Amino acid sequence: MFKGDFISNLPKIYGTYTGGFLIFIILMAIMESAGVSAKAIGVMFVAFTVAIYAIIGWLSRTVQVDAYYVAGRQVPTVFNGMATAADWMSGASFVAMAGGIYYGGYTYMAFLVGWTGGYVLVASLLAPYLRKFGCYTVPDFIGTRYGGGGVRFAAVIVLVLASFTYVTAQINATGTIASRALGIPFELGVWVGLVSILLCSMLGGMRAVTWTQVAQYIVLIIAYLIPVFWISNKSGYGVFPHLMLADEVARIAELEGQFGLVKNDAAAIKAAGVPGGLAYISNPHSGVPAGGLAAWKFISLAICMMVGTASLPHILMRYFTTPSVRAARKSVAWSLFFIFLLYSSAPMLATLSKISLIDPNLPTGIIGKSIAEVQSIEWVKQWIAVKQAYIADLNGDGVLQLNEWFMRGDVVVLATPEVAGLPYVISGLVAAGGMAAAMSTADGLILAIANALSHDVYYKLIDPKADVKKRLIVARALLVVIGALGAYIASMRLTGILGAVAWAFDFAMSGLFFPLVLGVWWKRANAAGATAGILGGLAVGTAYLIHVAPAFGNNPPIIPGVDHLRFGIPGAIASLILMVVVSLATKEPDAATQRMVDEVRVPSGKAILSRQH
Amino acid sequence: MANKDAHWQKTKSHMILTLLIWFFFSIVIFMFGESINSASFLGYPLAYYMCAQGSLLAFVILIFWAANRQESIDDEFGYGERED
Repeated sequence: MFKGDFISNLPKIYGTYTGGFLIFIILMAIMESAGVSAKAIGVMFVAFTVAIYAIIGWLSRTVQVDAYYVAGRQVPTVFNGMATAADWMSGASFVAMAGGIYYGGYTYMAFLVGWTGGYVLVASLLAPYLRKFGCYTVPDFIGTRYGGGGVRFAAVIVLVLASFTYVTAQINATGTIASRALGIPFELGVWVGLVSILLCSMLGGMRAVTWTQVAQYIVLIIAYLIPVFWISNKSGYGVFPHLMLADEVARIAELEGQFGLVKNDAAAIKAAGVPGGLAYISNPHSGVPAGGLAAWKFISLAICMMVGTASLPHILMRYFTTPSVRAARKSVAWSLFFIFLLYSSAPMLATLSKISLIDPNLPTGIIGKSIAEVQSIEWVKQWIAVKQAYIADLNGDGVLQLNEWFMRGDVVVLATPEVAGLPYVISGLVAAGGMAAAMSTADGLILAIANALSHDVYYKLIDPKADVKKRLIVARALLVVIGALGAYIASMRLTGILGAVAWAFDFAMSGLFFPLVLGVWWKRANAAGATAGILGGLAVGTAYLIHVAPAFGNNPPIIPGVDHLRFGIPGAIASLILMVVVSLATKEPDAATQRMVDEVRVPSGKAILSRQH
Repeated sequence: MANKDAHWQKTKSHMILTLLIWFFFSIVIFMFGESINSASFLGYPLAYYMCAQGSLLAFVILIFWAANRQESIDDEFGYGERED
């Protein structure tokens, strides 16, 4: 099945798969109306999809280095775009993004701009050139371009730090979803999630991850779009929500004025017994906060996410798998198109969710109604029981105000279908989509770390004489070890200490952005400069993080507005300065290296590194 | 060699143009978020629309456009890949 012919049959294979999945959804809907319990439907959704991914992973097993590291460099443009989109959109994007917009409004949407704008940098500065280079991993490029084990190792350090920060959050998300859908404890759910993740990647490496990610993208995009369109149509907000929710956005602004955006006192929240992690609406939905500092905070966050996107190894390595330089470039465009489908829907879902809760004229509205009445609503009871929602009558008037309804951000995606009165089958679908999103990202990240350690550290630095068989055994063993380490840390629930997903972007940006970009665009850059740029940038960024992060130093920011989510800014600036100064102070790269850079800059001709290296 | 230099020169200007457009949609617009939000597009406040949809769409179109233009630059200097 997975021979040459497979590639030309891809549209047919995934077309059949998509049709099969839609039939499965309909089948579940029929079973629901026939009286099968909601819990059984949830279990079937998650189990069925995970089983499909595992089968794809098994069918894609390989014993070739080329297939294991870069999927044989034969992934067509559009399919690589889908795989990248799944690689990119994490459990957090799927479950938490709409919640973030729901609470943060305009301010939070800097993430949307950042997580899409970064692809312009990937497409114009990096992806096609790295593809021409023919490397297996990101440190492989750094190590060959600059020459030397030291700079290669420095790049591996940044890669591991950035990817590992990110991966524990993903395993955590698979654990949460698995435990909820299968009705098992969270600690066990984390390990179930890990086994599912490894089933997809262990036997086939990048090849298996690629084909499961395409399958996961299809599941997650269906699971995200169906509820958005369904809710919008059912509640009469518009046939095409993306273009037709202007009245609802205006109405939300009006209601915000009517109820007032009150900031609660921290002590009052504590006294009222609000569980941790729950939030309430206190930011305008579409209004722009006044002042230059607010604008700078928006822009600086967008910059960090954009530059970080262009430095994250698990994304860059997806473009090593295309058949040509041209295909790599186009593939970035397709990736962003597929990401756009979900990201442009998140603000709409947040709007739908918010209007249906806060408009007292709607049957679903709860704000402005009597607390006794709200407390008797079935879904409210359920979410309060699991501490995902809470009501505190802070002003004691017996009426629910905007600042008295507390809810976890994730509930926006998970409960909105239920609130709008959609059948349970949709909630099962959403669980399967969240699982697909978290699994695909975790797979990409674990593979990026394990490949860098097996190829760059083990093969290139420790044992260059290792044969293919031994290299692939080491690669797989590392995959399991790293996955297990991630799951172990996730099961300890240290997320508060491990910090935000944004940190991964800042780490990658501090250490890798300029060494990667200047490797292509500045011939004069040399090994000493790159090493200084990587380690210096990382050191400055990390020092800044420790200084300002609430969990560590908790000091006010040195640069106004640049808090712990934005420490990549000082990190990357330090990296650039160090790299330029040290490069200029030391000898220019030899003629062979300069010729190599010339070769990287044109698409035609042979790759720099041989096909098997 | 001269051909190679000319190709790189043109590639560089293309990259700079692409990044200028990118800079406009990712940064410049949001520097004036407060003042442009009173304008509206499709009925949405403009700054809200741009970060929810507009800039995202602009990036998608920009990358497709830039990739096509770079391909024709490569072909012009004879550096395009023969088959795809």
